[in-house]
Amino acid sequence: MILKGRKVIAIGDRDGVPGPAIKACAVSAGAEVVFASTECFV
Amino acid sequence: MDLEIQQRVKDLTEKHGAENIVVILGGAEAEAAGLSAETVCAGDPTFAGPLAGVELGLRVYHIVEPEMKKEFDSAVYDEQCGMMEMVLDVDEIIKEVNTIRAQHTKFDD
Repeated sequence: MILKGRKVIAIGDRDGVPGPAIKACAVSAGAEVVFASTECFV
Repeated sequence: MDLEIQQRVKDLTEKHGAENIVVILGGAEAEAAGLSAETVCAGDPTFAGPLAGVELGLRVYHIVEPEMKKEFDSAVYDEQCGMMEMVLDVDEIIKEVNTIRAQHTKFDD
C-alpha cells in the first residue's frame, strides 16, 4: 500500500485534475491530505 | 512548479519526514507533470525556487497511474477524475512520471 496512513501533497492542475479531486481520491485510499492546491500553467 | 508550492512541499517534508510523504499530481500535460515530478524528486530543474538543488526524493505519482487507481475507491475516482482521464494523454503521462520516479525517488515500494 502506497497511500494508507501516509501524508499526501496534492498538486492539481486547473486544466487537468484539480487539487480537491485528488484530495477526495487520496482520502478514499486512507491517506491524510496535508496540502492540496490547483496550479494554473497559463 | 509555483515557487509558493515548492516552499510548502519543502516545509511539509521537513515536518513529516520524506518517508511519510506521497505527492500526487494532476497535471494535464505529460511534460508539465514530468517537470513537477522532477522538482519534488530531484530538485527544481529551473533553479528558480526553494527546491533548487534540494533532492527530496519523494514518492511521486500522477493520479491516473495504475498504482494510484488501485488504491482509490473506484466510485470516488470515477466521479472525480473519470471525465478528465478520457481527455488526458494517459500513456504519455504515465511514461513521463514513471521515468522520473525510477531515476530519482529514494523510496522503493
